[in-house]
Amino acid sequence: MSSSTLRPDRTTLADTRRRSLLRRCVPLIALPPLMTLLGGCNLVVMQPAGFIAEQQRNLVLASTGLMLLIIVPVIACTLFFAWHFRATNEDAVYDPEWHHSTQLEVLIWTAPLLIIIALGALTWIGTHTLDPFRPLTRLDAKRELPANVEPLQVEAIAMDWKWLFLYPQYGIATVNELAIPVDRPVTFKITATDVMNTFYVPTLAGMIYAMPGMETKLHAVVNKAVDSEGRSAHYSGAGFSNMFFKFRGVADKDFDAWVAKTKAEGSDLNQDAYLKLSEPTESEPARYYKSYAEGLYGKIVGLCTRPGQMCMSEMMAIDARGGQSGPEGEENYKRLQYDNHFAREGHEAPGATGPASGTGPHGQTQPEGMKPRPDMGNPDSRAPEPDKAKPETGSGSPDGGQIAPKQISQ
Amino acid sequence: MFDNVNLQQLIFGRFTLDQIPYHEPILIGTFAGVAVVGLAVLATITYFRFWGPLWRDWVTSIDHKKIGIMYCIFALIMLLRGFADALMMRAQQSIAFGDQQGFLPPHHYDQIFTAHGMIMIFFVAMPFVTGLMNFAVPLQIGARDVAFPFLNNFSFWMTVSGGMLVMVSLFIGEFSRATWLAYPPLSGAAMSPGVGVDYYIWALQIAGVGTTLSGINLIATIVKMRAPGLTMMKLPIFVWSSLCTNILIVAAFPILTAVLVLLSLDRYLGFHFFTNDLGGNSMLYFNLIWIWGHPEVYILILPAFGVFSEITSTFCGKRLFGYTSMVYALVVITILAYLVWLHHFFTMGSGADVNSFFGITTMIISIPTGAKIFNWMFTMYRGRIRFEVPMMWVVAFIVTFVIGGMTGVLLAVPPADFVLHNSLFLIAHFHNVIIGGVLFGMFAGVTFWFPKAFGFKLDEFWGKMSLGFWVTGFYVAFMPLYVLGLMGVTRRMQHFDDPSLQPWFMVAAFGAVLIACGIGSQIMMFVVSIRRREELRDLTGDPWGGRTLEWSTSSPPPDYNFAFTPVVHDSDAWWDMKARGFSRPTGGYQPIHMPKNTATGAILAALSFICGFAMVWYIWWLAALSFVALIVTAIVHTFNYDREYYIPAETVSREEAKRMRELELA
Repeated sequence: MSSSTLRPDRTTLADTRRRSLLRRCVPLIALPPLMTLLGGCNLVVMQPAGFIAEQQRNLVLASTGLMLLIIVPVIACTLFFAWHFRATNEDAVYDPEWHHSTQLEVLIWTAPLLIIIALGALTWIGTHTLDPFRPLTRLDAKRELPANVEPLQVEAIAMDWKWLFLYPQYGIATVNELAIPVDRPVTFKITATDVMNTFYVPTLAGMIYAMPGMETKLHAVVNKAVDSEGRSAHYSGAGFSNMFFKFRGVADKDFDAWVAKTKAEGSDLNQDAYLKLSEPTESEPARYYKSYAEGLYGKIVGLCTRPGQMCMSEMMAIDARGGQSGPEGEENYKRLQYDNHFAREGHEAPGATGPASGTGPHGQTQPEGMKPRPDMGNPDSRAPEPDKAKPETGSGSPDGGQIAPKQISQ
Repeated sequence: MFDNVNLQQLIFGRFTLDQIPYHEPILIGTFAGVAVVGLAVLATITYFRFWGPLWRDWVTSIDHKKIGIMYCIFALIMLLRGFADALMMRAQQSIAFGDQQGFLPPHHYDQIFTAHGMIMIFFVAMPFVTGLMNFAVPLQIGARDVAFPFLNNFSFWMTVSGGMLVMVSLFIGEFSRATWLAYPPLSGAAMSPGVGVDYYIWALQIAGVGTTLSGINLIATIVKMRAPGLTMMKLPIFVWSSLCTNILIVAAFPILTAVLVLLSLDRYLGFHFFTNDLGGNSMLYFNLIWIWGHPEVYILILPAFGVFSEITSTFCGKRLFGYTSMVYALVVITILAYLVWLHHFFTMGSGADVNSFFGITTMIISIPTGAKIFNWMFTMYRGRIRFEVPMMWVVAFIVTFVIGGMTGVLLAVPPADFVLHNSLFLIAHFHNVIIGGVLFGMFAGVTFWFPKAFGFKLDEFWGKMSLGFWVTGFYVAFMPLYVLGLMGVTRRMQHFDDPSLQPWFMVAAFGAVLIACGIGSQIMMFVVSIRRREELRDLTGDPWGGRTLEWSTSSPPPDYNFAFTPVVHDSDAWWDMKARGFSRPTGGYQPIHMPKNTATGAILAALSFICGFAMVWYIWWLAALSFVALIVTAIVHTFNYDREYYIPAETVSREEAKRMRELELA
C-alpha cells in the first residue's frame, strides 16, 4: 500500500484529479526505462524462435491479460476501500451489521467463474494443440506443413551431466550440441540414463521430463536461425548447474554441411566409447560422432547398455508370460541390476559418503565426475595437483573427435 | 568365528568420527554460535532457577494455550535456521558467475536448498499453523482444552523431535541433497548413499506422527467440544478453516507416511518401488508425494485465510461479509485440493486430456479463493477500519496474494507451464503465495493473539518496521525472480555462466537482506514489548474490540479458560454478548475438571528421536532398544490412571475475583 493512498488530509476535487493524473502518468514515465532494462536482458521465453514456443508465449500473455481483468480491479478496490473506510474518515458510511448482499454474492462468484470459463476453454484447446506428443500440422502461424516433408528425428538422452543427441536418419551423434534445420519439423524422443532430468530449450519449445527407462516425446520446429542454449531444468545431482547444451537453428544447407563435417571428422561412438561417456562428468565440451553403436537408443531406453543386461522389454515379455522362477529366474535377476552406479564397480555414486564408500561427509571429497573447486577447507581440492587443477576437457572421456573443443561456458 | 564381526560397526553403525564436519568453516562457525547461544540460554535458565517451572509448566504441560505458544516459538526458531539457508543461497547466486564459483560448492549448496525447502514447510509453516490453531480454536469454541490434551503434548514434542533430527544433521554427517521432496531415483540408495536422505526420511516420519495426531485431535475438538448454541454455521471462520485444514491433514499425511515408508524400503531393504532396477518406477513416487503435497499447500494457507477473516472483521468493526459463502468456499477448496496434484508435473508427459483436466480443476480453485478475497474486500466496505499492525498485514496480504494467485493460475495452463516449470518464475510464484499468504497470515495472527496469550500488546513501532521490511523485502527479493524465470533461468543452480543475469540476483539478494531486517525488527519487537510490558499491558482481555469468544476471558486466560461454559446465540458470539449488555457472573462457581500434566509425551518424543538417529546411522541395537522402549513407555502410560484433577471452586472464585478487579482498573 502506498503512503499516498492512506493520506488522511482531504484535498479539493481538482487537486485530487491533478494528483491522480500524475499518478496515472508516473507509470507511463517509468515505462521506458523499465522497458530498456527489460529489453537489455534476454527474455528468451518471451522471444521464441520456434512456432511451439511462440504459441506458448502467446498463451502466457493471453492468460495474463485475462486474469488482469479481475486482478487489477481487486487490487485497486482493496486499496481504495482500505483508504476510504479508514477509521479517521468521518464521512465514510459505517454500517457494522451490513454483511450480506445477494447481488454482490452473485457477482463475486460469477465474475471469477466467467474468467475461468474463458481461461478453461483456452487451456483445453491450448493443451491439446500444444501437446508435445502431437505431430505438427503447421510450420508457423502463416504456413501449413508441406505434405512431403519428412520430420527430423532426434533422440535426446540426458546423462550425468550432459546431453547426448542421436540423429538416426544420419547415423551421427553429438554431445552437448543440438543443431536442427530451420523450418523442418523435429520429433524428439527423450530419455535419461540415470536420474530424471528435463529437456528444455526455451527458444524452441516447452520442457518435458527425461526419465530413465521411459521415453517421452516432443514435436517442435525452429523458424529462424538461432544460437541459443538448452538445458536440464530438473535437478539431477552435483553437476546439474553445468548441464546445458548449445542449441542451433541452422539453414538447410548449413545443416547438411554440419552433418557432413560431423561424418568426416567425428569418431565412432561404439559400445566401449558409450560406456565411458556414460560416466558422470560435468561441463563437457561439445563432441561429435560420425556413427554410433547399432540399437543404442533402444538399449538406453531398455536400460541394457551393459553387456549381459536384460532389456526392460524382455523383462516385460517374461512378466507377461507369468514370470519365471527357478535357477533361470535367478540368472534373470542378476541381469536386471540396472542402476549404473551400482553396475560400475570401483566407481562411486556422486556424492557418496560414509564408511560404505570411505569418503567423508559434507563434500570433503569431490563427487565422481565433478571438477575440483576452490573449496573451503577441502583437503582434496585446497592444493590440487597441477594437472588436476586444470580441468582438462578431454581427460577421462571417450576420445570423441572434437571438432571444436571450445567449452560452451564462457 | 567372530573374526568377521566388526565391533565398531556393530556399536556405532556407519558413524565414525570423520562424519563430524570439522573441515567446514561455515559449520564450525555455526556450531560455535549455537553452542554459545545454547550455553547462554542454559545459564540464564539456571540463574533464574527456571528449570523447575520450565519442566512443570511448559515441557509437561498439556494446556492447549501453552502448547500453541511453544509451537509458535519453535516455528520462529526454525525460521531463523531456514532463513539463514535462504541468505546463503541468495549470496551464492549473486556471486557465482563465470569464473567465480562462489563460496558454496555444489554438494554443500544442494544440501542448503534441500534443507531450506524442507525446514520452511515442515518446521516453520506447519508448526506456526498448528500453534495458532492450538491456541485459538478451543478458546473460540468456548472449550477448556482440546479433546485429547495428552495427545496434543505428544504431537508437539514429536514435531520438535523431527526438527531436532534435521538440526543434528548439520553437525553430524550431512543432510539430503535430493531436493525438498526427495525425488527418486536421485534419492535412492544408488544415487544418494549417504545419511542425508535418511535424516530427511526419519525427520519427516517422526514429525508426521505429530502432525497427523494433532489433526485428529483438533477435528475431534471442533466437532465435539463446541459451547452450547455454537452450531456449525455460527463457528468463527478461523475455526472453520481449522476444521478444513485438519481434515486435509488427516487425509493427506498418511500418504506422505506411506510414500516415505516405500522410499525407506528401497533404501534400507533393497526394495525396488522407485529404483531404475527391477521394474521400479519413480513416476509412482511423483504422484504419491504430490497427492500429499498439494493438499499440504492448502493445509498451510487455509488457517491463514481464517486469521485474515478474523482480523478483517475485528478491525473493520463489522460482521464478516458473506459468512456462508466463506464457509462454502473453504469446503470447496478442501475438496478440490485433492483433484489437482498432477499440475506439479504436467511436463512428465501425461496426455493432453489428463493435463487439461488437472489444469482446469486447478483454475477452478481460484474461484472460491477469489470469492474469499472479495469477501474481505466487502468486509472493509462500509467498515470503520482501524489500521493497527494486524490489519496492515491484511492489506499487504491481499495485494501480494492476488499477484501470486494470478501467476499460479498462469502456471496451471499446461502449455504455459511447459515454459515456466522448474524456472525461477515458479520459485517466485510459490514464495509469493507462501510468504504473502501463509507467513503474513501467521505474523498477523501472532500480533493479533499475542495480547491474549501474554496480557500485553506487541510494540507497534517495531511491528510496523517488521511489516515494512518484510513487504518491501519480499517484493525486492522475488519480483526479479519472475523476470529471471522469463529469461529461462531454472531453479537450484549453484553457478551461472551468463554475467548479464547478475544484477537481477544482486537485487534479489538485497531483498533478502531487507527481509533479514524484517526478522530483526520482529526480534526487536518481542524484546521491546517484553521490556515495556507494563505500558503495553491490557487488563480488559479484549484489546482490539474483539468479536469471538476468546476475547471474553482474561488475558492470559486462566488454566480453565472459562469459569462457565458460554452459551452462544449468534455468530461473533462475544460481539453479540457485548451488544446485549453481558454482565459477568460473580458467584456460583463449581470445581472444574481438568487434565493433569504428564511427561510421557516428551519422553516418547525423545525416544523417537533416538530411534530415528539410530536408524539414520544403522545403529541397529540402539534403534531396536529405543523402539521397544517407545512401545513400553506408551503401554505403561496407559496404566497411569492419575490423569485428571479438579480445580477447586475457591481457586476459580479467587481467579475470577482478580479478573473483576482488573476489569474495574481497566
